[in-house]
Amino acid sequence: MHPTDFTLRGAIDALNEGIITSVELTQAHLDAIAALNPRLNAYITVTGEQALEQARASDARRKEGIAGPLEGVPLAIKDLFCTAGTLTTAGSRILGNFTPPYESTVSANLLRDGAVFLGKANLDEFAMGSSNTTSAFGPVENPWSRANDPDTRLVPGGSSGGSAAAVAARLALGATATDTGGSIRQPAAFCGIAGIKPTYGRCSRFGIVAFASSLDQAGPVARTVEDCAILLKSMAGFDPKDSTSADIPVPDFAAACARGVKGLRIGVPKEYRLEGTPPEIEALWEQGLAWLREQGAETVEISLPHTKYALPTYYIVAPAEASSNLARYDGVRFGLRVTEPNSDLRDLYERTRAQGFGAEVRRRILIGTYVLSAGYYDAYYLKAQKIRALIKRDFDDAFGKVDAIVTPATPSAAFGMDEKQDDPVKMYLNDVFTVTANLAGLPGLAVPAGLDAQGLPLGLQVIGRSFDEETVFAVGTAIEQAAGFTALPRLRAGA
Amino acid sequence: MSLDIATVRRIAALARIRLEEGELAQAQAELNGILGWIEQLQAVDTEGVEPMAGGGAVALRPRPDAVTDGGIADRILANAPDRQGEYFGVPKVVE
Repeated sequence: MHPTDFTLRGAIDALNEGIITSVELTQAHLDAIAALNPRLNAYITVTGEQALEQARASDARRKEGIAGPLEGVPLAIKDLFCTAGTLTTAGSRILGNFTPPYESTVSANLLRDGAVFLGKANLDEFAMGSSNTTSAFGPVENPWSRANDPDTRLVPGGSSGGSAAAVAARLALGATATDTGGSIRQPAAFCGIAGIKPTYGRCSRFGIVAFASSLDQAGPVARTVEDCAILLKSMAGFDPKDSTSADIPVPDFAAACARGVKGLRIGVPKEYRLEGTPPEIEALWEQGLAWLREQGAETVEISLPHTKYALPTYYIVAPAEASSNLARYDGVRFGLRVTEPNSDLRDLYERTRAQGFGAEVRRRILIGTYVLSAGYYDAYYLKAQKIRALIKRDFDDAFGKVDAIVTPATPSAAFGMDEKQDDPVKMYLNDVFTVTANLAGLPGLAVPAGLDAQGLPLGLQVIGRSFDEETVFAVGTAIEQAAGFTALPRLRAGA
Repeated sequence: MSLDIATVRRIAALARIRLEEGELAQAQAELNGILGWIEQLQAVDTEGVEPMAGGGAVALRPRPDAVTDGGIADRILANAPDRQGEYFGVPKVVE
């Protein structure tokens, strides 16, 4: 067995049993990155020397009998998390030279628990995108390809495309990611791996480059549901440095994976049966529900009547918050500065931001600026906040009757790198099944459940009650076990 | 609602993003495409609905009004594009 083929759980066991050292495990991943990253572009920065140093320190700690829950486990960190002393770009030219002097709380929690960082994973610029094609550091390629058309390069999804591609291609055992409208779950589904966006407030946002603060949440991607549970346990927890961080105990998520689904009521929202959804995705959804019934759950049709308004609501709320958050990139205190010989301060701002931000980021800042501007705030922003309240109310009503909700994760499998690039709204529709959980602040998990006719992975999504990730993990594990998903991408380490 | 070129120019100025004259028409078309799609929200009855401002179910907590760090000017200035002593340098703003 190649060391990069371990699950995260398997690697922890192998390290504990002395079958492998962290240095060996880390070196195997660095070799895999050297071989495949030039093609996949999943990492923006590889911190090989630092990773080996961390691995050696981890092996030494283990010898002394000290081992954290993630002792010696090599991970990828989405390049949206500030890492002290290591370049953190957010996939943007404007932060192309930014080295934070501080560490994000989530990555600090992982280091506290013994993790090794292989490098910084590529992403859509400022996490704005669903295909990882907006990165200033080039697109990421999905390690999967169509069975009958292996030459068409596919997107890994976004915005956490580098994280998902790295984990699927075995260039990391797991990775951090973030999700504002689907940025963990959509790329996980496109790459045939698992990923969870926890409840808003579960993970600290301190040190994560902000996109839309009322929606952003950090979470893990990994090759199994249990691996996600192990990672989330380390990432989560109260942090006084984030005013929206929830002071709520973090349960043993991995233990919850084995709970089973007997007696659970699973909601099936009728509004998620969209016209134009491929029949394979409808069929997989039905199959997933049948698997849960076979394991003792009851499936119940529910109604989430405001579902169809979720995406347009999101495209007011998220750009509005982004336009405020991204006002800090002014060319004065950090990042890129662009001036002409006669530039005044205003010209410095305008040139820096025009050249520093890519097209999609500029577009969202402009939309956000407009919907917040005098005379339009009530018609757009306030209206969107009210509809957001209605969307949340729909879920509150549904969770009075059911314990979890199961839906498709995405409306399609991974698409080609040059598809859907001409119309922003077409790209936005990727998040149609995932964005509601962000607006309502609820946990959502994507789990690989099958393949389409082209041999590409398809995922299902499990949405849970606020701070009830445990039920989400139980349902996700039940689907995962019934699906027995063993297919592998064409591009992967050891292949 | 459809944005005219003058409005696009005004929004770009508010956002402090330089748009060249040749870029205005494309920006106008893209923004109007997105706003046209968003327009469907006007059909939703939101009479008497309280707007949802934050993302969390948990109320924000107050913290003591106290200084918790300081004396880290070098770290704060470490990424400055134009550091001038203990200050960020910018083009002259006062005559």
